[in-house]
Amino acid sequence: MSDEAVPAIKPSLPEEQPMIPQPLVELHGWGRAAGTMSHLAQIDSVADAVSALRKSDSRGVVPRGLGRSYGDAAQNAGGTALDLTKMNRILSLDASGDPATVTVQAGVSLDSLMRALLPFGLWVPVLPGTRQVTVGGAIAADVHGKNHHTQGSFGNHVRSLDLLMADGEMRTVTPDRDTRTLFWATVGGMGLTGAILRATVALQPTETAYFTVDTHRAANIDDLMQQMSQGDENYTYSVAWFDAVTRGRHMGRGVLTRGNKAQLAALPTKLRRHPLKFVAPSLGTLPEIFPNRMINKATAKAFSTAWYLKAPKNRTGELQNITQFFHPLDMVAEWNRVYGPNGFLQYQFVVPFEAAEVFRRCLEMIVSSGHLSCLNVLKRFGPGNPSPLSFPMPGWTLTVDLPIEHGLDRLCDALDNEVVGAGGRVYLAKDSRLSAAMFRRMYPRLDEFLEVRREVDPAGIFNSDLARRLELSKPTTGGRT
Amino acid sequence: MINALGEPQSLLLLGGTSDIALAIARRYARPGLRVALAARPSERRSAAATELVDLGCEVTEVDFEARDHASHATTVEQAFAGGDIDIAVIAFGLLGDPEQAWHDPDLALELAEVNYTAPVHLGVLLGQRMLAQAHGWIVALSSVAGERVRRSNFVYGSTKAGLDGFFLGLGEALREYGARVLVVRPGFVKSKMTSGLEEVPLAVTPDEVAEAVIDGIKGKRELVWVPGPLRVVMSGLRHVPRPLFRKLPI
Repeated sequence: MSDEAVPAIKPSLPEEQPMIPQPLVELHGWGRAAGTMSHLAQIDSVADAVSALRKSDSRGVVPRGLGRSYGDAAQNAGGTALDLTKMNRILSLDASGDPATVTVQAGVSLDSLMRALLPFGLWVPVLPGTRQVTVGGAIAADVHGKNHHTQGSFGNHVRSLDLLMADGEMRTVTPDRDTRTLFWATVGGMGLTGAILRATVALQPTETAYFTVDTHRAANIDDLMQQMSQGDENYTYSVAWFDAVTRGRHMGRGVLTRGNKAQLAALPTKLRRHPLKFVAPSLGTLPEIFPNRMINKATAKAFSTAWYLKAPKNRTGELQNITQFFHPLDMVAEWNRVYGPNGFLQYQFVVPFEAAEVFRRCLEMIVSSGHLSCLNVLKRFGPGNPSPLSFPMPGWTLTVDLPIEHGLDRLCDALDNEVVGAGGRVYLAKDSRLSAAMFRRMYPRLDEFLEVRREVDPAGIFNSDLARRLELSKPTTGGRT
Repeated sequence: MINALGEPQSLLLLGGTSDIALAIARRYARPGLRVALAARPSERRSAAATELVDLGCEVTEVDFEARDHASHATTVEQAFAGGDIDIAVIAFGLLGDPEQAWHDPDLALELAEVNYTAPVHLGVLLGQRMLAQAHGWIVALSSVAGERVRRSNFVYGSTKAGLDGFFLGLGEALREYGARVLVVRPGFVKSKMTSGLEEVPLAVTPDEVAEAVIDGIKGKRELVWVPGPLRVVMSGLRHVPRPLFRKLPI
């Protein structure tokens, strides 16, 4: 083959063409609050991404996937958001490797990846509360799942990624040797070191798509934490829902759910014929008809009580499918509409195990605040990873969904103070309100991240509303302080 | 960026020593809030800066002279040097003696320049900035005096009527670019501007105006009245026939 027959892989540069102005569209996170207007650039190829990067002005670009981060991470007021959801091809699978690995474009959702991998008896190692996230987003937010205490977060399983850098060059980065620092800054880096366009992820073998699950009810927060502290290591997956409405001696009552992947032998004969069947029913899409205050005292109390009482007191060895065990909310598309036009925020924090008392106090503050949350999650994290901005650290993590209402700022500020005082932090993928000053205190390794950013993107081309809010791309100011 | 709970990260106060501007800043103050105080250099400005620094804000003092149009671009540039401005408040204004104002051409011109020409000039400059950043608010302090211009202070009233119309229109123009404008129509505000004047019913404090501004931004409103019931009063007065209106003690 002559050299001419092989076109050089060189992005086309349509710079001589007049730039077609992209219309501004309102983008917001899953919480549907704090939306702003960005130019949304549809990216279908690496060349598109390079071209969008070169055309960007001082407002910069930010990669965007399926928009499941709750706050302002994937929006860029006045600048460009790169819509990478069409870069959704699974490129290659090495099923015989040890471990097996898959190489995908960054816009592949975990949902489609799971569907593609299950027939091979392969399993995505980390799944957050929804499958509707992209691989790129999962890396950029370094997402975690119910198995954090045993398997770590998503970044722990990434073997290599291709990063489109601010200078327009593609670079392959791995956790080894000379690209190690850039790799770990990109994991959890919220899309600010470059655009992840491709990734290779290590997979786990699985015999079935089912789980054997043990469920226990706990009468209050102390009981729940106590039960959870015992035997977590016997389960790959462990999480608890708790009631954040009921006060008094039943405060923090909850339902602990722990499980392991089911072995083939554990399945009943009927299921054994299709042990890797992906069960993901859809109940439809929630229409946009809900007013604010759908979550009120009456509905929140009724839901929390019903959810608690419907759980069995003690049940072991129950067989559950993926949707039942992992992603009940994925059955309903656009469920965030239930919070009405004002939107909601999710507050997720972690404090070290030693600070269990602070954890308990935070729960008390939430329960007694009058702000109502129904979808509450409690979990024990295992060790963190080397990423300077990754969220998980060994300790207790708690998540509440709070409709945006008057006075919520005071509750969140008070919680921030408790959390930071205990050496904890809040999760950027969920955050839409933290101040830059508080963020700096919560993430003491921020300077390491900023140093990488200065090196790979000195002009701050990768930028987002979150980056501006948290001053990750701050121009120098001459202000008095 | 204004966060999901309506808390801004940066303010620009044009007329930064006005009671209303400072009341707004105090309410928004939290550690790390950037405040550009644009006003004439004065002890009052230094004192305001010190107060806000004590509340944890990062304060930049910017020189600003409303009637020196040529200096406006520099003022705005300096204010934006620290990054995006989330909320820019046009809080300067001049009341003047209402009777003198329609006899003295210089005073009439000064009122027109301070209350209308300068805000329009700055409104365009700020509008361009807000358009480029595609987020943020311009808050313009109008007045009920502009809703229906009365004999008793028609020079002042006419300037506020002009300002009011301009900023409502600017708000409509900026909407599709993600930036917003809030026009605030207070009644009688007990402040240094009105000190020595006789108080009228429904008078409000600068703090109440500030609260209305904050709620207006949270609620993404275009126009707020302070106090709220003034809206009803004024929409009634607006339609009173002129011969009768003339006889009203207002």
